[in-house]
Amino acid sequence: MTVDKRTAIDLYRTMRKIRAFEERSATLFGENKIWGTIHSYAGEEAIAVGVCAHLRDDDWITSTHRGHGHCIAKGADLTGMFAELLGKETGYCRGRGGSMHIADTSKGNLGANGIVGGGIPIATGAALTAKQTGSDRVAVAFFGDGAANQGGFHESANLAALWKLPVVYVCEQNQYAESLPVEREFPIPDISKRAEGYGMPGVRVDGRDVRAVHAAAGDLIARARRGEGPSFLLADAYRLEGHYYGDPRKYQSKDEIEGWKTRFDPLIDTREWIVREKLASAAELDAIDTATADEIARAVAAAEAAPLASPIRLPEDVYASR
Amino acid sequence: MQVADRTAPAATREMFYNEALGDALRLEMERDDGVIVLGEDIAEHGGAFQVTAGLLDKFGPTRIRQTPISELGIVGAAVGAALTGLRPVVELMYIDFSGLAMDQIVNQAAQNRFMFGGQARVPMVLRTQGGSGRGNAAQHSKSLEAWFAHVAGLKVVMPSTPADAKGLLTASIRDDDPVIFIEHKLLYRTKGQVPTGEHVVPLGRADVKREGKDLTIVTWSREVLFALEAAQRLAADGIEAEIVDVRSLVPLDAETILASVRKTHRVLVVHEAIKRGGYGGEIAALVAEQAFDDLDAPPRRLAGLETPIPYAAHLEKTVTPQIEDIVRVAKEVCA
Repeated sequence: MTVDKRTAIDLYRTMRKIRAFEERSATLFGENKIWGTIHSYAGEEAIAVGVCAHLRDDDWITSTHRGHGHCIAKGADLTGMFAELLGKETGYCRGRGGSMHIADTSKGNLGANGIVGGGIPIATGAALTAKQTGSDRVAVAFFGDGAANQGGFHESANLAALWKLPVVYVCEQNQYAESLPVEREFPIPDISKRAEGYGMPGVRVDGRDVRAVHAAAGDLIARARRGEGPSFLLADAYRLEGHYYGDPRKYQSKDEIEGWKTRFDPLIDTREWIVREKLASAAELDAIDTATADEIARAVAAAEAAPLASPIRLPEDVYASR
Repeated sequence: MQVADRTAPAATREMFYNEALGDALRLEMERDDGVIVLGEDIAEHGGAFQVTAGLLDKFGPTRIRQTPISELGIVGAAVGAALTGLRPVVELMYIDFSGLAMDQIVNQAAQNRFMFGGQARVPMVLRTQGGSGRGNAAQHSKSLEAWFAHVAGLKVVMPSTPADAKGLLTASIRDDDPVIFIEHKLLYRTKGQVPTGEHVVPLGRADVKREGKDLTIVTWSREVLFALEAAQRLAADGIEAEIVDVRSLVPLDAETILASVRKTHRVLVVHEAIKRGGYGGEIAALVAEQAFDDLDAPPRRLAGLETPIPYAAHLEKTVTPQIEDIVRVAKEVCA
């Protein structure tokens, strides 16, 4: 699958938006404006963006505790996201969820999830709805390598393959399950091979290369839409930040961290590719960066100006019918 | 054992409890294409307790979806299906297996709506059964309603009669929240008059199964039947017990409980689950907090001993409240 100029620029713009969102979130966190904890998606942007480029608003995703990237790639509004992090009434969850639970059901985002692997069975159920209602909608479960060892992944993969459900399991292998390095998580070097055991295709791509992700995901999502069942996409990437902001990262060497930052940043790679292939000039990409920075600044300003989430309606949000 | 249901309208037929549940499923599946059933052994086999018997032939394998033995996967799929527009009913064969699915029940189904700021709803029913009395021993006999009642976001329903089973299951399927619907394994073969057509018993309304002036017995599930038997024996000794069947623990009909206690001035809460941390403590506390001045005796609980359920028939009876236990403790409360 070749990528045309317009798609390439869209992919870059969304990746930049995610990176800028994470950078600004880190600043807000450092200023003690964000309560709780946040997990940065920096370094993994190519995966969410390459996959979600193939999804419609009525397709579903489930996300993870490291979910800002999926949320933005699925079309969320940045002001609503920042407002949620700041505990405002205008936040996506009106201050009830925070970073680990942002959902945007209007765009098919069934939520970030604080439980490792928690979204995998849910995406499988969304795919059941797609099939049950005779639609061509698809569901994508994003999760990390750590979640691939949860029982819910295995139970869901089996169920989806058995019922030929339109779901793509996207494993973002960011090299660490919290602090556990990937080689100590799995006894086999390539877990995309697990897919064969469930009777579904397993594809492995370089998750820093948005072209590779876009191409592979396009095939697997189209396949699901055609009613040919689930698949597993393993995308290798690197979590540029720690597990959470403030993680002392005692399990990583300085050389490793610096090496990835300077040599394997997907934003830098994507820029180089676009300029090299003459899909856009460096100046055009700089303009996107500037416009994104402005958009972030406006979103943060609007979120900061919004009122704090009201406690008055807390009990009303627990049950839909009383 | 037969129990009169005084809310039942004229067009009724005698049904077993499991048959009444199947009737509710059939009617709701006819009414709404979005209602599907997921579970183990529910298709040709008709379910471990024959609740879904006959439904496969009527609705086919896409709506009566027999699953592999994967409790977490099944319940999670139901959560996802409910979030996206279906009304799944999961049959979890024994409540003791809920531990395998607990993340999806507690962290996902119960909390999605709240965590998402009201953006979502999770209209699913988790039908399961608990209780002892069949020699199934510790891993197939527990009464775990208090676990679920403690989680904000879940509703907990425990019918005692065939008519209530049908009416409450209908209401649970139509409810927009996740409902933990707990049947009792020894109620499936009890009989009663059940409305033949649409029958809805709203959640959160207790039912006074027997009126009396001397003592209120608040109870649910199979212990309702025991309490009614006990009430007959108590009547022979001149004690008229009022039996309040809560029917749903969440939402709880506090008004009916309090009104009864204000009338009788004495309350005994009876449940099969072990006493420590049991839901009876919640009801006793409710009465103590809100009707203390109306009481002529301290609120009393009669509940399971703090042991796992043993295997042997006589041991099972030892650890759970029996009819004679209710009679004895009720007399103490009225002494």
